[in-house]
Amino acid sequence: MSTLEQTREPKMTEPHDVIPLADACAFIWREAEMLDQQDYKAWLDLWTEKGIYVIPIERDETDYASALNIAYDDAGMRAARVKRLKSGFSMSSAPSARTVRTTSRFVVEPGEDGVTIVRCAQMLVEFKFERTRVVGADVVYRLVRTEGGIAMDGKVVTLLNSDEPLWGVGYLF
Amino acid sequence: MDMPATGGGFADLVQDDRVHTALYKDPAIFDEEMDRIFKNTWVWVGHVSEVPQKGSFKKSWVGQQPVIVTRTKDDEIHVLLNRCRHRAATVCEKMKGKTSVFVCPYHGWSYGLDGKLRAVPHSSVYGEDLDKSQFPLVSLRTEQYNGMIFATFKDDIEPLEDFLGGAKKWIDLFMKQGAGYPVKVLGEHQFRFGGNWKIQLENTTDAYHFPIVHKTFLDSLDAETENVFDVLGQGGWVEDLGNGHSLMVMIPDLVDLEENLDAPIPERFAELAQELRDEGYEDLEVRRIVRAVGGGGFNLNLFPNVACSMAFFRVLRPVSVDETEIRHVAIGMDGGPEAGNRMRMRLHEHFQGPMGFGSPDDAEGWERVQRGAASGDDLWIMVNRGKEPLVDHPAGEAVTDVSAETGMRAAYQMWKRMMSA
Ligand code: FES
Ligand SMILES: [Fe+2]
Repeated sequence: MSTLEQTREPKMTEPHDVIPLADACAFIWREAEMLDQQDYKAWLDLWTEKGIYVIPIERDETDYASALNIAYDDAGMRAARVKRLKSGFSMSSAPSARTVRTTSRFVVEPGEDGVTIVRCAQMLVEFKFERTRVVGADVVYRLVRTEGGIAMDGKVVTLLNSDEPLWGVGYLF
Repeated sequence: MDMPATGGGFADLVQDDRVHTALYKDPAIFDEEMDRIFKNTWVWVGHVSEVPQKGSFKKSWVGQQPVIVTRTKDDEIHVLLNRCRHRAATVCEKMKGKTSVFVCPYHGWSYGLDGKLRAVPHSSVYGEDLDKSQFPLVSLRTEQYNGMIFATFKDDIEPLEDFLGGAKKWIDLFMKQGAGYPVKVLGEHQFRFGGNWKIQLENTTDAYHFPIVHKTFLDSLDAETENVFDVLGQGGWVEDLGNGHSLMVMIPDLVDLEENLDAPIPERFAELAQELRDEGYEDLEVRRIVRAVGGGGFNLNLFPNVACSMAFFRVLRPVSVDETEIRHVAIGMDGGPEAGNRMRMRLHEHFQGPMGFGSPDDAEGWERVQRGAASGDDLWIMVNRGKEPLVDHPAGEAVTDVSAETGMRAAYQMWKRMMSA
């Protein structure tokens, strides 16, 4: 299925135009594959211009802009981050740990202004230097319909151990 | 080479310009360090803003030992071992918070924030045998300097201010980042790396690695800011401050944040400056805040576990011989403009922490040191760079090149002193 490339007319008759579960899942799985394959340039194109990518520290935080986060990326920081990870000059990402992730436990809800909120669970396994680590996370997506299909207008990845010591991470969650 | 199991022999492992690889990987040496260093000196446990109110507490460590930093209702700061005096359960597992009492979850002994044992459930069974005054949470000697809280197991140690000595002046300069407001902790990044704690200790005054390891950070900056971070090219220096402490000045212009306030406001702060003007701050105040928000120009390394590092506190905690926990504590202005503190947090996130543009590469480098130290048992770690003092340097006669390994030599001489005492 090629949700990303598909052009869809918004269905004006639906009250909230909530993105159906199947489409949301397909989008999120495609994104997960991009991240595991480190196809970061393509990942940048999945975003709206004003979308923010957040890896918070505090688990009950709601005002991320006013808190210290592990990552708080607007479009400019995302592009800079991708450039860094792909540059070959960052020793933690050249190569980074290998990753495999799955997402599940999807819950789709209408948000404000045509935004669809998708909450899900992510299990990621990373491997580097003889060591395998498992990282669980709650992920909340803000998805919107665009001419090209679906775009991310926000992604918050709350790691299970976000407020405990992590390690140098050379990839994207 | 055979490792000496006990005292005396440690001195042979540290020479003037090199230290033996065993210092990174011998578990017996690590155990001795926890005893002879971390139980014998002033160890940083927190900042006063982390226990802001009566009843505030935060968890911390002295070496490997978990402690709780508290502020009592008399406004006194205490540092208590996090261990019930009955059968040892931790009495606190929350990172920070507010309380009037710590109740042990196992059998319910309860302790005040000064550590006093207040109540023991069903105490009559003890008959006359339990004198509550004999079983407080163990309280460590605690002193502060300019908001930094230190604790020690060594009751007869010199006063903190004597121990800090020449470092005090630099702590005072560092705290100018409050821009006239008290300095406040805004949050912290935490991560571990698979390597010995001294690898991090060395790194705090290692400008040599910066342009190499942090190339991708530098590449992410605008041209003006990239020039500011040309750390080797601005006439900076490294200096031994005594007692294992050292100073590395990378950006001399940013040593004193209250100077040069009439310099043009850098482009990356233009928006913040405008926001502050719109909020009604006077021009001089805007300049002071904006200059402070960007952080200072030096790293002050305090032996053995904390550094005032440009714009944040860098704290290390030895976990085991080949594992170390790092905290990068973000600071800002207590009562200052929110916009300024928000920008400080964004700048902190840019470089620091598990996903910053800088720290993961540092952590990887340190892990590579530990991995490399697995071979060449008889080899030495070289810290001989830049031994000669600089001639005619404005900072004085004893300073060395900004990329010199003077800070590491200072720390290892202190290590030697403490390990062979
Ligand atoms: S161990 Fe704390 S009350 Fe028993
Ligand atoms: Fe570094």
